[in-house]
Amino acid sequence: MKKLTSTLPNMVLSLGIITAFAGALLGAVYALTEEPIARQAKADRIAAISEVAPPFSNNPDADAATVTLDGADYTVYPAIKDGRLVGAAVMTSSMNGFGGEIDVMAGFDADGTLRDYRVIKHAETPGLGSKMELWFRDPAAARSVVGKNPSKTHFYVTKDKEQHGEIDAITAATISSRAFLESLRHAYDAYREYSLQNDGENLPKAI
Amino acid sequence: MKKYWKIIYNGIIPSNPVFVLLLGMCATLGTTSSAINGLMMGVATAAVLICSNAVISMLKNVIPDKVRIPAFIVIIATFVTALQLLINAYMPALNASLGIFIPLIVVNCILLGRAEAFASKNGVLASLCDGLGTGIGFTFALTLLGATRELLGTGSLFGFSIYPEDYGMLVFVLAPGAFIALGYLIALVNKLRKNI
Amino acid sequence: MLTYISIIITAIFINNIVFSQFLGICPFLGVSKKTSSALGMGAAVTFVITLATVVCWLIQYFILEPLGITFLQTIIFILVIAFLVQMLELIMKKVTPALYQALGVFLPLITTNCAVLGVAILVVQKGFNLMESLTYGIATSIGFTLALWIFSGIREQLALQHAPKAMRGIPLALICAGILAMAFMGFSGIKIG
Repeated sequence: MKKLTSTLPNMVLSLGIITAFAGALLGAVYALTEEPIARQAKADRIAAISEVAPPFSNNPDADAATVTLDGADYTVYPAIKDGRLVGAAVMTSSMNGFGGEIDVMAGFDADGTLRDYRVIKHAETPGLGSKMELWFRDPAAARSVVGKNPSKTHFYVTKDKEQHGEIDAITAATISSRAFLESLRHAYDAYREYSLQNDGENLPKAI
Repeated sequence: MKKYWKIIYNGIIPSNPVFVLLLGMCATLGTTSSAINGLMMGVATAAVLICSNAVISMLKNVIPDKVRIPAFIVIIATFVTALQLLINAYMPALNASLGIFIPLIVVNCILLGRAEAFASKNGVLASLCDGLGTGIGFTFALTLLGATRELLGTGSLFGFSIYPEDYGMLVFVLAPGAFIALGYLIALVNKLRKNI
Repeated sequence: MLTYISIIITAIFINNIVFSQFLGICPFLGVSKKTSSALGMGAAVTFVITLATVVCWLIQYFILEPLGITFLQTIIFILVIAFLVQMLELIMKKVTPALYQALGVFLPLITTNCAVLGVAILVVQKGFNLMESLTYGIATSIGFTLALWIFSGIREQLALQHAPKAMRGIPLALICAGILAMAFMGFSGIKIG
């Protein structure tokens, strides 16, 4: 076949047909992947909730509520057992990480003790800030936040003397550590707010 | 048959896109903090490259010369978007580790370069082989760089610990290490090529 | 106000687009042999990034999101950028031939400069509003120009050195870029506000 010459109708026609094909192909792929993408996101969320929240008998994903504090939204997934609020998983975040946003799923007992956490999304430096998933559950020294209560323990890095910090920061990644602890403080505040509104325990303010 | 092997081989060693042609540097530096990341990015780029090369060589006669660049860009971007959707659906972890570099495959100079220099002048099968060869060459380069950085920086290879992490030189995982490791690798390849 | 200052400082120094985000490396290595061409490229990129960021932002929030076709983001953004660069070339040729003489040669290279598409996608990912996007776009391109300018000064000196044959050119340039990146890492940890 001879090569088409660069006349205006030829150019418009050939570009138009290629673009139309591209659009159709992408529409098809999108329709095909839309459902798996949504399902995958939901499965990941539910897995994280069940790992960090206390045992529950409800469907936290369906009962989720949004709590707004200082203009930021936090999603609280309540864990309810025998009709009582026994704790919750809170999707929290901090914008002050080294690489921007850090998203954490934090799980609390009814009295506000941090049960466990999962780092959902982060862009911290590999090998430094990215250690947070393991570092803050390490029982060694004063690193672990698991089993501590933000109303009794100061969730700040030890370096921040003004705030009486009690948690050891990741070596050489103080900014990431600060952001991570900030996200946990937000999570506690959001849970406290939720607990107040929903006849849960009246929790003390974080210190 | 021999001709096709030659095309494939050519893309892997004599004109390796990274070490020899110095193309696609952004993805090369940005996604090689570990061997597995480098490998994944290489495979993703190779997949797009093979598809776009094949389609462009198929359509080369119906694309008028003056609009060939926008046409190539549309074709490449289509495959990149399709890949992005598929990765989101079936390998979300990969999406998290490669991040913005997946959509940026569109502007990887290797793709447009191969489309312009090879696929728009050659047959479909030859273009497929060219895409395959260049893709393998790119993957090889990224994996090698990723492995070097991971080994020097964290003491492990593909996630398996080789020596204790505390002895690793962390700078190789960080941004400066990417430039330095690639600089030395290219120098090494230069040395080997000129001696052979 | 503090947000804007923070965006500017972060984009120029702390998260410099070349040294810590690895975007725009091709022109960074390709057009950094002479200081004058480095500044020309920097100016052209600044122009295109600023324009493209604003136009892509408008397209994202007034066309793609209302129509629910955000999955076409990559393909539409790159076409818009290609179109903008082409238009810019035509307009500059007609209106300011002097400027075209200076920057014209760099323009075709910019379409495949991943910094342009990268910034357009990043401002959407970061959820910036229009003013913040504009600020981020300008600051990022200043960071790019700064990196290119410093680097070209170093490379002019490097060209005169007797390095081992295998190291000459790009390998040595990359290693110097690595050392520069280390210097830029010194900015990390600066806290604004």
